[in-house]
Amino acid sequence: MRRIALALALAVLLAVPLWAGGSFYVNIVSQILIAAIFALGLDVLVGYAGLISLGHAGLFGVAAYGVAVMLGAGFGHLAAIAAALALCVATTALFAVLALRTTGIGFIMITLALGQLLWGLAYRWIDLTQGDNGISAASRPAPLGLSLASADGFYYATLAVFLAVLLALAVLAASPFGASLKGTRDQPRRMTALGFDVWTIRFLAFLLSGLCSGIAGVLFFYYNEFISPQALALSASAEALLMVIAGGSGTLLGPIAGAALVVAMKSVASAYIARWNFTLGAIFVLIVLFMPEGLVPGSRRLARWVWAARKGRRNPAAAESGG
Amino acid sequence: MTALAIRRLDKSFGGLRVARGIDLAVETGERRLIIGPNGAGKTTLFNLIAGELKPDGGTVALFGADITALPARRRAHLGLARTYQIITLFPKDTLLHNLLLSLLGRAPLRWNPVARLAAQAALQQEARQRLMDIGLAHLADRPLSQTSYGERRRVEIAMALAQKPRVLLLDEPFAGLSLDERRDVQALLAAVPRDVTMVMIEHDMDVALDFADRISVMHLGEVVVEGARAAVVADPRTREIYLGE
Repeated sequence: MRRIALALALAVLLAVPLWAGGSFYVNIVSQILIAAIFALGLDVLVGYAGLISLGHAGLFGVAAYGVAVMLGAGFGHLAAIAAALALCVATTALFAVLALRTTGIGFIMITLALGQLLWGLAYRWIDLTQGDNGISAASRPAPLGLSLASADGFYYATLAVFLAVLLALAVLAASPFGASLKGTRDQPRRMTALGFDVWTIRFLAFLLSGLCSGIAGVLFFYYNEFISPQALALSASAEALLMVIAGGSGTLLGPIAGAALVVAMKSVASAYIARWNFTLGAIFVLIVLFMPEGLVPGSRRLARWVWAARKGRRNPAAAESGG
Repeated sequence: MTALAIRRLDKSFGGLRVARGIDLAVETGERRLIIGPNGAGKTTLFNLIAGELKPDGGTVALFGADITALPARRRAHLGLARTYQIITLFPKDTLLHNLLLSLLGRAPLRWNPVARLAAQAALQQEARQRLMDIGLAHLADRPLSQTSYGERRRVEIAMALAQKPRVLLLDEPFAGLSLDERRDVQALLAAVPRDVTMVMIEHDMDVALDFADRISVMHLGEVVVEGARAAVVADPRTREIYLGE
């Protein structure tokens, strides 16, 4: 059943350019996938390690600016992407060393401060970042001779990266390291007593989370062919966190659902609803009230409840004896 | 050989001195009971031994090796395991997963990000065996939160034993258990082989005295009486401190 659902989802995603109804909507799905990669990366930290970051847009931006600056300096796309991701991981390591000195509110505040620091650099280091004007890309890459200039071409490249990230995280979640990571989220003291190195496990999770944010940042830059300090703002970090929480943290589908919700509201509903920000806020309030665990786990709970209720109506005696 | 040797261990929280030059030597295979009124510093002593607290002075040695400067996780790898007064397990996870985490703690496999945990047949088999040893194999796939307090206590002890400890610290393992549950835990501890040294904090004298080879009585951060069961129970200082007579 699970495999059939996955195959169906993959078929739907592969056929997006056929059914989406034009390049505008194909681009929207590309945006959703980029946001989903960003949210999945953040979820490694928030959902699996139990550490809430409000500075991930900074890491996203480091990778985006890294590519932009390297391309501007005359490097090729591959070198620029590799250097940008390496820079992003190095920045993440620095973030992690500073932030993992604490947990809880302290961790949130340190990541918030570090994110703001990077945002400030993007604004003020004008020689490098061109400040508020941002940096534009001359062109998109053409891996293996395949042009990414069209909406469809870029969508398929984004989908391939998205599926690779999703698969990697699915493997990780089911692995012994994934179990160790979730253990440090639930009972760090017990995990230490069992012999686990809680700090290093969290550090590695932070690096992976930063890498995913960097990948999303690179895709974001190529999608827009432009990067400005706005991408590193606190609101961008908060938006990614809302995607994770609204969709369901600690799950793989949750951040994807959250990303789809936010991007759809921003890019599609905003064309029809003047106060789309208010609507999005109202949706978040409803999620918190009725599905505090997030859309995906909440929907599963609802489905189980409906299934049990239907079963009970069909066979009241069995339902009663079953408790 | 001395399994656990503590010398002149000191610890203060601000102006409050909670360990005052504690000396303790537990021989290999010994069952040591630590008793004392609330606030005597018993759990603090466990936290100092396990490395969860850093002492202000003194040393802790495990089988002759000084472990005072080692972090808690390294002590676990050297064969020191513990249980907590308040059970700290993984309530959302199944009993089997709790045992798996315990087995993973000392296995290099814990760093593996690509293997499937569910496909580790040997590890799964050992975890199920550990549950069988405590009579809870039939609950292996049940979330821990859906088990009784006594069952959780048994799981906690099984997890500590799965670490293959050489020294096991038990912090009030009988607290909050019914009479039947106490009997289960008592039987579980009695079956632990003698190559595992055990140190237990316990208030329930009915079960604890049967367990102990030697007893240390603590009061205000000090070990004030130590010796064989009968001698300690008969000592007037024990009565004065612990029984309030």
